[in-house]
Amino acid sequence: METVIKANKLTKRFGDFVAVDEITFDVYKGEIFGFLGANGAGKTTAMRMLCGLSTPTSGEATVAGFDVFTQPEEIKKNIGYMSQKFSLYEDLSVLENIEFYGGIYGLSRSEIREKNKELISKLGLEKEANNLVRSLPLGWKQKLSFLVAIVHQPKIVFLDEPTGGVDPYMRREFWDLIYDAADKGITIFVTTHYLDEAEYCNRVTIMVDGKIEALDSPGGLRQKFGVASMDEVFYKLARQAKRSAD
Amino acid sequence: MKQLLSFVKKEFYQVFRDPKTLVMLFGLPVVQIVLFGFALTNELKNANIAVVDNAKDQASQQIINKIAGSEFFNIQKVLTSSSEIDAAFKEGKIKLAVVFPVNFYNDLMHTNKASIQVIADASDPNTATQLTNYINTIVSDYQSQLSPNSSVPYTIIPEVRMLYNPDLKGAPNFVPGVMAMVLLLVCVMMTSVSIVREKELGTMEILLVSPVKPLMVIVAKAIPYLILSWINLAAILLLSVYALDLPIKGSLFLLVAESTLLIITALSLGLYISTVTKSQQAAMFASMLGMMLPTMLLSGYMFPIENMPVVLQVLSNIVPAKWYYIIVKDVMLKGLGFSAIWKETLILMGMTAFFIVVALRNFKIRLE
Repeated sequence: METVIKANKLTKRFGDFVAVDEITFDVYKGEIFGFLGANGAGKTTAMRMLCGLSTPTSGEATVAGFDVFTQPEEIKKNIGYMSQKFSLYEDLSVLENIEFYGGIYGLSRSEIREKNKELISKLGLEKEANNLVRSLPLGWKQKLSFLVAIVHQPKIVFLDEPTGGVDPYMRREFWDLIYDAADKGITIFVTTHYLDEAEYCNRVTIMVDGKIEALDSPGGLRQKFGVASMDEVFYKLARQAKRSAD
Repeated sequence: MKQLLSFVKKEFYQVFRDPKTLVMLFGLPVVQIVLFGFALTNELKNANIAVVDNAKDQASQQIINKIAGSEFFNIQKVLTSSSEIDAAFKEGKIKLAVVFPVNFYNDLMHTNKASIQVIADASDPNTATQLTNYINTIVSDYQSQLSPNSSVPYTIIPEVRMLYNPDLKGAPNFVPGVMAMVLLLVCVMMTSVSIVREKELGTMEILLVSPVKPLMVIVAKAIPYLILSWINLAAILLLSVYALDLPIKGSLFLLVAESTLLIITALSLGLYISTVTKSQQAAMFASMLGMMLPTMLLSGYMFPIENMPVVLQVLSNIVPAKWYYIIVKDVMLKGLGFSAIWKETLILMGMTAFFIVVALRNFKIRLE
């Protein structure tokens, strides 16, 4: 299996505080890799280091074959990113958002036109295509956000708690889009604290106090901890946490 | 290049969709011209003037002594011929000149009548009127000294000439001020707010993860405001030429070039503010405090700088608008060329370079 993300003893310190403590893992091409942890466990910091938003303090990592210390610009061309905060421009229309993000990733005019059609029909937003994003319901915004994050066909897409505040029905639909992208060979790296979503991942890591405490398929983890659901796995691990959530 | 185009397009959409921005952009110049059209009157002290004493007799000497002794004037230059006056005005060293004709005292004694010439720089009409009034007072004071018993046999007639702005229009004074104000305000506030907004909304994070270079984000942000500022500048100039009857005496090209320099100064200052503030309100507040107040108070367009305490006079040197105000007055009202304003231009360029360097150093490529 092809490895697309490789982290070895990756660490981030802020002064005395060790946000991420020597995490080591591999992510394989086309898999949906879940990153779980309580608030403040270090998920977002870990993800930011891999995206080139934050320089690691020590350790090593490559993303899409490029080094996070020395080749962040190369990494940026090969990844998509969707942050916790809603990140489309609310005062632009659906089409204008797609055009803008397509444009900054260097898509050609005809590619953008194709993407416009494809995304609009995938979302069933034909009527709303020229409406400002502001007027869309949250669930649609999140789905649009995701499709925009992969508009340039990246090798890997990083999703930072993409379904926060979205109702269960919409979440299910959102995950359909994720599966769809994974089928096309895009690797999905997703942080979440919805444990039912963890079941949708191929493999899951659970972070506690900046360290990786478990890494396996959801089935494997349930077996190892001898419990019936991811909920219980998480509860068992999270109970050990010393750090208070922020 | 294609990236940049998409980016600039997006910025334009955003500007035109925000009514608040539009009001600020295009409502402001109009409001300002109306508001500041009613120019303010301020007391003047220690104005620099020149004296040309062709008479060199006791009357002229006594009047000169009176002028020198007054708190309003400071005799900067004693010139020997009237031909030097023009140069002194253009250098901006003096605000007013007094010329005594040959045989001043003789005329006064024998014909009971004499005249002196008072020439004022009327590109700042308030100051000019006030200064000539002071001179008149001093002269009539001298007359009553000559003839203590209230009947006045001697008459000295001050012939007043207003240079550059003979009709004492208020417009010449406030148009350059409004130009400085609007350009600075629009550029500083708009750039800083639009960059900080991206930080606040989280879209900056997405931009930083994308292959877009930070420098391109900055350039893309600056271009729309540069273009809008040119439109604003054109509007103000058209308004002043056709509505206020204020011709542009110097080169239009030079005026636009200097204004572009100020716009770039303002954009870089806006960029700097955006790197040190975290919220749109903070950016707005910093721009107001950092730009609007100093521009209004310390650029010399509302209150004469030479009247201020020394501390403020020194402080006024770091206000970009002060230099721009001098440049616009020289080019637009006096019709002077580049050789007259190269120093001010250089100062503005220095300020711009400083802000750009500091801002770029602060603009974070990685979020920490």
